[in-house]
Amino acid sequence: MNAYTDLIFEISRPGRTGCSLPERDVDAVNLSKKLPAHLIREEAPDLPEVSELQLVRHYTALSNKNHGVDNGFYPLGSCTMKYNPKINEDVAKLDGFSRIHPYQPEATVQGALALLHELQEDLAVITGMDAVTLQPSAGAQGEWTGLMMVKAYHQQRGEKRTKVLVPDSAHGTNPASATVAGFRTVTIPSTKNGLVDVEELKKHVDDDTAALMLTNPNTLGLFEKDILEIASVIHEAGGLLYYDGANANAILGKTTPGKMGFDIVHLNLHKTFTTPHGGGGPGAGPVGVKEKLIPFLPVPRIEKRNGRFVLNREEPLSIGRVKGYYGNFGILVRAYTYIRTMGPDGLRQVSESAVLHANYLRKKLEPYFVSPYEQVSKHEFVLSGSRQKKLGVRTLDMAKRLLDFGYHPPTIYFPLNVEECLMIEPTETESKETLDAFADVMIRIAREVEEDPETVLNAPHTTVIGRLDEVKAARKPVVRWERETVRL
Amino acid sequence: MTSTFQYLPDTDQDQKEMLSFLNLSSIEDLFSDMPESIRLQGELAIPKAMPEPVLWKKMKGMARRNAELPLFLGAGTYDHFIPSVVGHMISRSEFYTAYTPYQPEISQGELQAIFEFQTMVCELTGMDVANSSMYDGFTALAEAASLAIAHTKRTKVVVSRAVHPESRAILQTVAAGPDYAVEEAALSTDITDLEALTKQVDSQTAAVIVQYPNFFGSIEDLQEIKKIAAAQGALLIVSANPLALGLLQAPGKLGADIVVGDMQPLGIPMAFGGPHCGYFAVTKSLMRKVPGRIVGQTTDADGNRGFVLTLQAREQHIRRDKAMSNICSNQALNALASAVCMSALGKTGLREMAVLNLEKADYACRLLQQKSFPILNESPFFNEFVVQLPKPVTDVQNALIDAGFIGGFDLGPDYGEPNRMLIAVTEQRTKEEIDAFIQTLEGIVR
Repeated sequence: MNAYTDLIFEISRPGRTGCSLPERDVDAVNLSKKLPAHLIREEAPDLPEVSELQLVRHYTALSNKNHGVDNGFYPLGSCTMKYNPKINEDVAKLDGFSRIHPYQPEATVQGALALLHELQEDLAVITGMDAVTLQPSAGAQGEWTGLMMVKAYHQQRGEKRTKVLVPDSAHGTNPASATVAGFRTVTIPSTKNGLVDVEELKKHVDDDTAALMLTNPNTLGLFEKDILEIASVIHEAGGLLYYDGANANAILGKTTPGKMGFDIVHLNLHKTFTTPHGGGGPGAGPVGVKEKLIPFLPVPRIEKRNGRFVLNREEPLSIGRVKGYYGNFGILVRAYTYIRTMGPDGLRQVSESAVLHANYLRKKLEPYFVSPYEQVSKHEFVLSGSRQKKLGVRTLDMAKRLLDFGYHPPTIYFPLNVEECLMIEPTETESKETLDAFADVMIRIAREVEEDPETVLNAPHTTVIGRLDEVKAARKPVVRWERETVRL
Repeated sequence: MTSTFQYLPDTDQDQKEMLSFLNLSSIEDLFSDMPESIRLQGELAIPKAMPEPVLWKKMKGMARRNAELPLFLGAGTYDHFIPSVVGHMISRSEFYTAYTPYQPEISQGELQAIFEFQTMVCELTGMDVANSSMYDGFTALAEAASLAIAHTKRTKVVVSRAVHPESRAILQTVAAGPDYAVEEAALSTDITDLEALTKQVDSQTAAVIVQYPNFFGSIEDLQEIKKIAAAQGALLIVSANPLALGLLQAPGKLGADIVVGDMQPLGIPMAFGGPHCGYFAVTKSLMRKVPGRIVGQTTDADGNRGFVLTLQAREQHIRRDKAMSNICSNQALNALASAVCMSALGKTGLREMAVLNLEKADYACRLLQQKSFPILNESPFFNEFVVQLPKPVTDVQNALIDAGFIGGFDLGPDYGEPNRMLIAVTEQRTKEEIDAFIQTLEGIVR
């Protein structure tokens, strides 16, 4: 790695530029005659002034300080950091997809609408739902979209239900989405076996229950075996069942949320369907629903009428728009390309390999770490660092030590119901050799905790920077560069 | 027997070894926890797998069924020049195959790039703090309204009808969650009616929301609107086109409390409407209420400068049902694209590009006026304006397509004016294209 630490503003020199714009071929306009003085900007925004090569070197240097799936193993639980196929990227960049305007007349975008329509149909099959909207930009937005439909559904039936049930192992977005949608959240505890406590659930289900949000397999990587009973408890009380598709990588072609009794599903295309995470986004969070919820789906809807694809903006019971235009189209193109690459046989193999890999790695690590649950794992598993904590080394320290070996650490301290949790999701795209090598390093770290804890406590040793002071960052926030800031 | 896929490395031998290590005889044993009654019988009913060369042909064919023509269409998404360097930099897979930078020691590249992006957004908008991005400008506007409601503990927001129709539609959907009122402020021809606005804004108004330039391209007088909002203690939320801020006074200097918008004009392809990149900027006093990720500067034990995700106590993964926003994934890669684009344009390039847009739109407008087309903007406009046609826009659009142009936005469905077309002219349109477009338009309507 290199020692380059400059900000782009710090390499800026007045008079340099990194682009060439067309020359003016129309009359100049005197701005002060056209606009009132107080609306004209007198001082230009202080953007960097760099040559194109400086720009390239800067961002290349930054990229060299970043770890992606292409760099190495990334077993970040619940994030499904699988390989992002290159053809997906190239297809999304085709002019016919990237250079079209969302308001072009429908006749000029039949290819794009056909793709979206086919993707809607495929995702409906994959989830066992009756219809799909592609609008939501991410999982959290999909959750909120689903919950707004839950709300509209109950209202349409003359009911105002206020309660959304969420297991204690749920992603933070579940309760947050419920709040943003105007519901209150009730947390359902898990059993010591890591599953929803059905008896406890029954105590909270009543005629004020709007929905239960569930991830299956759950965030512990365990399949909720009692799902049919859970579904009937909720349905008998008039509630709906929401499927958080963050863990859909475990079930492709094996079962569907529809078969499990769910009414609404979101998928994270940036997890299960190989679209890249982009350092935080953009993703896509399509939502599928059962027939009774179709009237409430967002508009516009992409429909096929007489062999032509059209945008239907008129649906009286729709919750309305949730996102600009038709969703993150470029991401949808990538997911479509992936689904066509794999087909039904390929998608089933994806889940089978993902589950095999998780169980294989789990068994390799079980002698060295506390493995809190007995049930077979699905696509991910959790370990507890409680044994190591007794020796004075925390899960955070072991995660930092993994950085020295070129691995992105697993998700840590989540789910909240496992002490010193490590949540490991190897994915199907990693080879057995990679799993074996990672297991060896984890075992080595477990030994270091016993024999040489300082090495782990002081990790990482090989990264471009050491552990950063996060408390300082939050107490005295510096969230932008200032010209007068003294260089550190 | 299973087929072989390029993304699935397990050989039969690998599988055998792993199963034998697990003391299992088949993959099916790993799915024994799924009740038989919910198991899928047979295959998923989706099309069969396609080898890469075959798939390429299919995808190119689908792309060809979309027409890429010179556009005089904007309305929130614009055809702007994107320097080649932008695509190359965001195609570095260390950036695009990474997750949210949870492990700062191996994510300094992304974190620093976002810190720089936040700085650029602050510079453009004249605000103190910007986050790392939102889904798009429309949803950013709705989040700003919800922030204002939570911050002021008031019950309604007032949004100008000159704000993008999709922004207003999404705001209505979002407001139905916490159940606050969204009132629309009337127009005075092409801008917000300030007299009516004064009467509408009251002690229960959390925020006044306007767009800058507005949906019709006209430039609202933020200074006057700020006075109206401030008189009742309401916040001023401005949705601004970042390119226009190359020549327009920064909203922060005119009293904006929250500035949102979409970075699409700066380095992000139109891509049929997404992914684009919302931005969100506030004054310092609202810093701890901003939705989404924020990158902050700090140091390691040796005093080296480094960057981390910060102020996380605001966010859903910590606060769960107490969080003010549920946003988790954002549009980080497109924030990076716009940062690269802004760095390429630089201080002078951004202004030059903004001025070119204004001049080209001005030229097109004057040419239309010479040909006796009524122009409806009474206020100065940036790169878009409204022209009155003698026949419905839908008819004109089809004839324009036949002539090889994509015409402007039809104001019929959203404003009940089927003969009004919102025309955008960016730096991408040459004088020849503008002349030919207007000549064609003249031929169609006369």
